[in-house]
Amino acid sequence: MNRTALIWRVASFAVAAGFIALWQLIANLKLVSPVFLPGPDRAWAALMRGFSSGDLWSKLAGTLEHMAYGWLAASIAGIAIGAIIGSSRTMRTYVAPSLEFLRPLPVSAIIPVAIAMLGLTQAMALFVIAFGAIWPIMLATIHGFAAVEPRLYEVARSLQMSRLAVIFKIALPSASPDILAGMRLSLTVALILSVVCEILAGLDGLGHWVLLSARAFRSADLFAGVILLGVTGYVTSVAMSLAEHRLLAWQASQR
Amino acid sequence: MTGNSAKALALPLAVLVAFEVWARAIHLQSDSLAPPSAIVMALFGAFADFSILTATRDTLFSAFTGLAIGTLIGLAFGIAFGISDTLNRLMEVTVEAIRPIPSIALLPIALIALGFGYRMEIVIVAFACVWPILILSRAAVRSIEPRLMEVARALRLPPAQRVWKIIIPAALPRIFVAFRLSAGIALIVAVTVEIAINPLGLGAGIMLAQQALRPDLMLAYLVWIGIIGYALNILLTVAQRRLFGRAALSGDSP
Repeated sequence: MNRTALIWRVASFAVAAGFIALWQLIANLKLVSPVFLPGPDRAWAALMRGFSSGDLWSKLAGTLEHMAYGWLAASIAGIAIGAIIGSSRTMRTYVAPSLEFLRPLPVSAIIPVAIAMLGLTQAMALFVIAFGAIWPIMLATIHGFAAVEPRLYEVARSLQMSRLAVIFKIALPSASPDILAGMRLSLTVALILSVVCEILAGLDGLGHWVLLSARAFRSADLFAGVILLGVTGYVTSVAMSLAEHRLLAWQASQR
Repeated sequence: MTGNSAKALALPLAVLVAFEVWARAIHLQSDSLAPPSAIVMALFGAFADFSILTATRDTLFSAFTGLAIGTLIGLAFGIAFGISDTLNRLMEVTVEAIRPIPSIALLPIALIALGFGYRMEIVIVAFACVWPILILSRAAVRSIEPRLMEVARALRLPPAQRVWKIIIPAALPRIFVAFRLSAGIALIVAVTVEIAINPLGLGAGIMLAQQALRPDLMLAYLVWIGIIGYALNILLTVAQRRLFGRAALSGDSP
C-alpha cells in the first residue's frame, strides 16, 4: 500500500516536471514575449541570485514579519474577544448579529481608512493585517463557545467553577478545533494583506519586490518573487496543519 | 423574533448615535473620520452624480466575469479530477504547487502582461475563484452515491451524458455552496486589486476619496462596499435555500 502511494507520488512529481519543461519550451520558442514570461531557468537563476546577494532574504523576512505580527495580534485579540462574546448569552444576542453583518465586508476596503489614520507606515500595515485576520478567528471562537456540549456547563455549575475557570478549563479546550481552523484561514488572509500593504505603502517585503520588478520589466525577478510567495503560503499552511495535528492529538481518541 | 432583531440593532444604533454626538460635541475636524450624518450625505451625493453607480458597475462587472471564468475552469478540472482518480493523483503535485500562490501576488504579472483595466482584474479574480470551486466540486463528485454511477454504467451512457445527466445534477447542491463562497472571494479580490493598483471601480473610488481628504466620501464608499458584500451574501444564501433546500446544507460544514 505504502509503495503504491510512493509510486503515485513520483508519477505526480514527473507530471509537474513535465509542465515545467513545457514552460521552458514555450519560453525558449518565445511563444510568449520573454518580457512577460521568463523561462524557469531564468526564474531559478534570479531566485538564486537574489538569495546569494541577500536581497530576497531581507524581503522574505520583511513579509514574514508583517504576517507573523499581524496574525499573532489577531489571534490573541480574536480569541479573547471571541471568548468574551461567546461565553455570554446576552453578548451573543446583542453583538453577534453586528459581527455577522460586518463579516462579508471585503477587509481590504479598510486600507484607505487605515492610511488616512496612520499614514503609509508599518503601523498601518499591522493594523490592516490584524483587522483582516481577526474575523475568522473571532467568529470561529464564538461559534466554538456556543457549540460546547451543554452538559459540560452543567458539570461546571455543579462544581461551582468561576467564569474564568469555565472558559479556560471547559470552553477553550472544547472550542480549540474551531479556533485552530479559524487561525488557519487567517494565515492566508494575513499573507495576502501583507502583500497588498507592501505594494501600497512601499514597505520592505516581497510585495514591494514583485511590484518594483514589474515596473522595471525584470520578469525573472518578478517570477522569483511570486514563486517565493507561493512557497511561503505553502510552508505556513503545512506548518499550521502540523501544529493543529499536534495540538489536537488528545482529541483523536474521542472522535 | 422581533425582540431579537431589535436587540441585534441596538448596538450598531447606539454606536452611530454616540459617534454622531461625539463628533458634533468636539466639532470634529479630521482627515480620517466623519460623523454618520455627513457620511450619509456624501453617499447621497455620490448617488446623485452617478459616480458610485459607475464604480459599482465596474467592480461587479470585473468580479462576475472573473467569477464566471474561474467557475468554468474550476468546475471542468474539479469534475475531471473527481471522476478519474488517476488524473487526480497525477496532477496532485502540480495543483498543490500552484494553489498556495496568493492571488494578489499575480497582480504584477497581470499588470505587465495586460496593463491596467478590466482584463488584468478579471484574470486575478478568475485565478482566485478556480481553487475553491475545484476542491469542492472534486469532493462533491467523489461523494456521489456509487449506485448512481452503477446505473450510468448499466445504461451505457457515453461519458458526456454521464457528466451532464448524472454527475452535475447529483453534485449541484454542493457545487453551488462552492460558488457562493467563490462569489464572496471574487468581490473581495476585485476590490483589493482596485485598491492596490487598478484605477477603476469601487476600490479606486475609495482610494481617491482618501487622497482627496474627503473622509465622509471615503467612509460612504466603505459603507456601500459593505452593503454590497452583505447583499450578495444574502442573495446567494437565499438562492441556495430556494434551489436546493436541505440538500445544500450537507456541504456547508466540510
